[in-house]
Amino acid sequence: MTSAVKGERATELKRFRQVQTLAYECAEAVAAQLKPGVTEREAARMQRRRLRERGVQDWFHLPFAWFGDRTAFVNFRIPLQFFPTDRRLMEDLEAHRELILREVRERRPLREIYEDVDRLMVRQGYANRHRAYPFGVIAHKVARVKERRWSPHVLGFGTQSLKGLAADALHGHRDGWSPLWSPYRFSDHPARPGWAVELHLGFRGTGVKFEEILVVTDSEDPEESAFWLDDDLPHVWRWAEEKCR
Amino acid sequence: MSEGEQMRRVVALEGARERRVRADGVELSVAELGDPGPPTVVLLHGYPDSKEVWSEVAVRLAEHYHVVLYDVRGHGGSTAPRPLRGGFTLEKLTDDFLAVVDAVSPDRPVHLVGHDWGSVQGWEFVTVGRTEGRIASFTSMSGPSLDHLGHWIKRRVKRPTPRRIGQLLGQGARSWYVYLLHTPVLPELAWRGPLGKQWPGLLQRGEKLPPGHYTAPSLPTDAAHGAWLYRDNVRARLTRPRDDAYAHVPVQLITPLGDAFLSERLNDELALWAPQLTRRTVSARHWVPLTRPDQLAAWITEFVTATEGGRPAPMATGKYADRFGGQLVLVTGAAGGIGRATAFAFAESGARVVAIDRDTEGAARTAELARLIGAPEAWAETVDVSDEQAMEKLAAKVATEYGVVDVLVNNAGIGLSGSFLDTTAEDWRKVLDVNLWGVIHGCRLFGKQMAERGQGGHIVNTASAAAYLPSRTLPAYSTSKAAVLMLSECLRAELAGKGIGVSAICPGIVNTNITSTARFAGVDAEEEKRRRQKTARLYRLRNYPPEKVADAVLRAVVRNQAVVPVTPEARGGRLMSRFTPRALRALARLEPPL
Repeated sequence: MTSAVKGERATELKRFRQVQTLAYECAEAVAAQLKPGVTEREAARMQRRRLRERGVQDWFHLPFAWFGDRTAFVNFRIPLQFFPTDRRLMEDLEAHRELILREVRERRPLREIYEDVDRLMVRQGYANRHRAYPFGVIAHKVARVKERRWSPHVLGFGTQSLKGLAADALHGHRDGWSPLWSPYRFSDHPARPGWAVELHLGFRGTGVKFEEILVVTDSEDPEESAFWLDDDLPHVWRWAEEKCR
Repeated sequence: MSEGEQMRRVVALEGARERRVRADGVELSVAELGDPGPPTVVLLHGYPDSKEVWSEVAVRLAEHYHVVLYDVRGHGGSTAPRPLRGGFTLEKLTDDFLAVVDAVSPDRPVHLVGHDWGSVQGWEFVTVGRTEGRIASFTSMSGPSLDHLGHWIKRRVKRPTPRRIGQLLGQGARSWYVYLLHTPVLPELAWRGPLGKQWPGLLQRGEKLPPGHYTAPSLPTDAAHGAWLYRDNVRARLTRPRDDAYAHVPVQLITPLGDAFLSERLNDELALWAPQLTRRTVSARHWVPLTRPDQLAAWITEFVTATEGGRPAPMATGKYADRFGGQLVLVTGAAGGIGRATAFAFAESGARVVAIDRDTEGAARTAELARLIGAPEAWAETVDVSDEQAMEKLAAKVATEYGVVDVLVNNAGIGLSGSFLDTTAEDWRKVLDVNLWGVIHGCRLFGKQMAERGQGGHIVNTASAAAYLPSRTLPAYSTSKAAVLMLSECLRAELAGKGIGVSAICPGIVNTNITSTARFAGVDAEEEKRRRQKTARLYRLRNYPPEKVADAVLRAVVRNQAVVPVTPEARGGRLMSRFTPRALRALARLEPPL
């Protein structure tokens, strides 16, 4: 029985990993095609087309792109000038990735972890940009969606995932948890399975973020209780490269 | 002024090698400083000056460059043309310049720097064809091209709008002396008579110069001859300005913001005439070579080095990069909040930053990020501002290693809440030590260095809206900040004469870390922690970013504002404290919901 459950979970995780890899590959490929003159809208379209070609049928939200301080590359000099800042921001993101994993494993309430992330950001000299997201979320729950032939999207969000979130929110409201990881009281509980963490740091007109799936299980073993779905990701390689240097 | 004092300043050019250069009927007195190997910088004086006006700048530049100065024909040691009328046309002045350049730097183009009429000449030199290849760069201060000026006026006369008419009248009023110089004989009589005698005093008072500045003994003759600069050129060029007066070299424009003779608006369309233009502004009056030699030498060095390297001068991206580029800015309490944001804002404007804090790691972090976003250099120092000896050590170290501070931001402060009767003597001491004594030490030590250098500067003290808003919750904090506010006002009065501005910034509720370290008097540790969290939450909900306060700091320095309330509640409170103080007193009695 347990092995069957384990096997099922392994397949599920494998699928999730494939989806995450697909998303990262798409982002990297489109990033490589960017050149002066490409607009945010064009980049988003490139991502969407590429993902559709690779069999994506439904979205949590539609792909988007943000450039510079939300401007197109009118003047390419500026992004290049800020390059060192960007790299520094990327490096500092690693500390957050580690902090989140450590504290989730300690079963700390999500709200407290959020506050610790905030404090680390302030110490590093950065601003919290995910506060601008709906409900100021740092992460939201992800789960499997049902495959439908027609799955429209509302304001850029896929209806299937919105439905899932709404259902979770309803259940969670009864049981005292929430599918959104926010600074508010409804996040005052330890992590439950399956999170997409999307941390967003900002600094003087530039920002960096990563979005990764954090797997949370009810295992007793701390290593097993929470882990990043996949370490084979572009930003993780970059950190490893920096360390080797 | 005594004879001895006059000599003291002349000594500055004493190491110079003098030579005479013959050019078209006149003999020019040329001085050279520094090793002739490196690039040559030619300094050109204005009216009514002689080459000695550049002494202070020349000795500084001579450390890196071959510096050449000459007296314009009819001035100082150069002979005057005969007859005077028609002898001072820009064409003849160009001949003089080429003769000097051919003598001092025959096979390399020179970097030209001009002030006042030296700059007017410089514009002519860099816009005519026959000097091409002889000039590498041009730094202009307080002297427009007469051709550009002619077009500037024409454009405004042809299409007058209220704004353009205002600009015309503004510059017209500033040019009163030009009209006077066009009257025959009278200017000569005035200069050889009373004006010549009064001039050093007038200049000293008008420019806020330190006593004992140098005026050439030849001043009356120089000024009398120099009137022909105006008579021979101004009318001719303004009525028929050249259409092809485009600069063929990179130009650095240094604009003194307090210039009584030239409107800033003159430079609005300059980028059309000078495609490679770098703008700088400095808070000073007209005679910048006398009043701001350090700043000028730094900017000229930077510009010449960049041009020699074949690239444009590095320009920071910040809003006030023209004003703060290369300046030294010291910020206390720079490990977070308003201090860190201020350090970053200055860094973005190209300033060199010294970040001071008790928190070593935080200060180092600020300095590191400051370098990333545009500060050419940034350093961190761990100092407790309330520690007198540590501050003295810091002041000595900064002066010897980084130079004299141009902008000082006394920002470090701690919070203390609780009723007066609950506040212990120890609490009082702590809050006054940091919030008031920290500012006093900063102003005393760094303000003294600024005053002694005598080249202006600015001090910003972070007070608070609490400085004028009475309350029953913040008696000690408000008292300390009110003291800072008054200290700033008094200091502003005292230092105004030295060209040093003082501003007090009064932020309201700003989302910073001050709440997490604030002390709450009269409650136990548990309750203190609760109140801290609650206040932090309120501050977070208010969510006024420290970056906006930093913008206000920079703006206050640029505009030399005295008291700057930031955030709507601070501005509203200030209005109430002036017009409805009784209402404020009534509000002060309310118990806050904590």
